Amino acid sequence: MATVAAVIASTHHPFYYKASTSSGPDRPPFADEWVAKIKAFRETLTKARADVLVMVGSDHFHQLWLDNMPQFLIGKAPYYDANFYNEEREFGLPRMFLRGDEDLSAYLLRQGIDAGFDLAFSNELRIDHSITCPLITLRPETDLPIVPVYTNIFAPPLPQPSRFVELGRTIRRLVESWPSDKRVAIIGTGHLSLELGGPRQFGPHGPDPEFDRKAVSWIASGDLESALAEVSLDSLWLPGNATHGFMDFMLMMGVAGDNAKADYADSLDLFHTMEAYFTWYPEGER
Amino acid sequence: MSKYLLDKFLYTVDRDPDLVERYRQDPRGTVEWWEAERAGVILNCHGHERSTWHAFTDSEREALATHDYVTLFELGAHNFLLLTLFIALFERDYAEPLGFQREFAARLSHWSLPYPDIST
Repeated sequence: MATVAAVIASTHHPFYYKASTSSGPDRPPFADEWVAKIKAFRETLTKARADVLVMVGSDHFHQLWLDNMPQFLIGKAPYYDANFYNEEREFGLPRMFLRGDEDLSAYLLRQGIDAGFDLAFSNELRIDHSITCPLITLRPETDLPIVPVYTNIFAPPLPQPSRFVELGRTIRRLVESWPSDKRVAIIGTGHLSLELGGPRQFGPHGPDPEFDRKAVSWIASGDLESALAEVSLDSLWLPGNATHGFMDFMLMMGVAGDNAKADYADSLDLFHTMEAYFTWYPEGER
Repeated sequence: MSKYLLDKFLYTVDRDPDLVERYRQDPRGTVEWWEAERAGVILNCHGHERSTWHAFTDSEREALATHDYVTLFELGAHNFLLLTLFIALFERDYAEPLGFQREFAARLSHWSLPYPDIST
């Protein structure tokens, strides 16, 4: 059976690529500290010696649209083109080309449906920055095949937080039962408190530092009980109008397991958002 | 009330570089053309198989035609689509980094929770 080599959860800040590659007067003052943190975070994946990456993220109204909106979708394709015109325009992200692992995609789809998740699928999926940002930070060589998993954190009605957690638990169980000798890293990105297109956007820090502090503590300690008790679809509006992306962190807590303490946890208070980085090693700390 | 159509306008313009420029330069003309020619296009269907029932309300049409993102927010346009397209339209006019984004926030500062419902 396959091995879960690492479980990794982080924010996906689309400005990292531009900040880390800029120089001279264009380089923001926080870039060096940010790059140093990312390099340390990247090492946590390198050490896991993964063969394939399951990548959990969310399409930002790129390929998935309101005329046909899936709640949970798994890509099953041999290759994925990635990043869109408006991400090049706004964030300076490069076009990318990624290899897929169709065997693992097929396994997660078949077994996931049989486990009670009526998963949508796509045989031609263009990936956006929720998945390319963590590849840029964690595996810029993009040499490992991926299985993309998209969640709807964007277009109400959304699935309940508990459903995200349960999908995470299911993905973990299914990867561990995949008949393969491969080492799989399960990586997912979401948000802490975040406001986009509202009065609290782009402040000096995230819109709700108190929520961020609690959220980081829940994730680092694997405290799903508190997270599920305090977080609801209604409550997530309070820390910021784009905070439903926190449910992808909750999904990753489901992957990591109840009360699973992160082996690596770091954060960075940036303008308008807090960045956070977590890694678990199910085989034991590396 | 046609929040879906508002979002469809923002979505289809935002993903097309030519339409972004056209909407910046001629908002009213672009909105009128779009409502007549594009509103009914189902994105994954042949052009002859189009929806026949879409129309903006007068207030929606006017808000789009005047680049009035405060009113669009209040009408329940999706916050992410609204921000992304309006950054593409106007960020270039501000000297300071994030200058437009901060003005956008300031112009909505009279709002507190709950914000207008973005459900479609």
